[in-house]
Amino acid sequence: MPIEPISTPTLVFSGLALVALLAALGAITLRNLVHCGLCLAVVLASLAAVYLQLGAQFIGLAQVLIYIGAVAVLILFTVLLTRGREPEDSPIFSCGGWVGASTALALFVVLVAAILSFPGGDPSPPPANIAVRQIGESLMGRFVVPLQIAGLLLTAALIGAAVIALPRHTARGVKSSADTNQSFPLN
Amino acid sequence: MAPLHWYLILSALLFCIGLAGAMTRRNGIIVLVCIELMLNAANLNFIAFWRFGPNPEALTGMMFVLFSIAIAAAEAAVGLALVMAIHRHHRTANIDEAAALKG
Repeated sequence: MPIEPISTPTLVFSGLALVALLAALGAITLRNLVHCGLCLAVVLASLAAVYLQLGAQFIGLAQVLIYIGAVAVLILFTVLLTRGREPEDSPIFSCGGWVGASTALALFVVLVAAILSFPGGDPSPPPANIAVRQIGESLMGRFVVPLQIAGLLLTAALIGAAVIALPRHTARGVKSSADTNQSFPLN
Repeated sequence: MAPLHWYLILSALLFCIGLAGAMTRRNGIIVLVCIELMLNAANLNFIAFWRFGPNPEALTGMMFVLFSIAIAAAEAAVGLALVMAIHRHHRTANIDEAAALKG
């Protein structure tokens, strides 16, 4: 089999994949939680670029708007709101960490074996020109019930998140607003 | 365009990195970050199969990713609210220290 010259899209994909993998490794190994959140944003941005390269422009832009604009920022805000009392030298991995790492490695071996035994699709599919109009029409036509259910789910999740995260003094009056303000000793 | 196998292997790598992180990290926020990584790996699979599949005009893979992004946003909101509640109660975001459901 002759060695084909590497085309530009393949090079672009390799670069994006490398950035995504390095940032993902950073997100699970760095000690500083803000750095982990920023690494997640890098992974999400490079995946958005991969989606754009695959011809899914709408999904790529939705990924930037929703994941980087909302989810990553939400994670960073939660990191800033919850940090403080952690000692600097406490371990970042749980005590049975090697079990999780070896399970993930075994799963990776199984997945790669399954992928390589798969014949693979058409190596050069025709370009898919999907206009946003077609996406809107199918969201309003064939997928209208899932769309409504997703809207209901998002509303319920937002209300639930607000209820969980609210301090409890709104339910129990002034007395417990005093105890939510008191500081608990560590252990 | 890169072959389909490359996208699938990138997705498998991202999924396994996310799985390893979700099972080994102590901080609840990072566990949620790792779950987001795994969801994104699944989304990459959907988009790759949609693009290389025989009938991309049907838009099924793309729609699946759209709904998956919406559900991931809801999951992140509720999960981070739970981390906030655990932090308010136990004064820590480490999920191995907050092992009991009751106070």
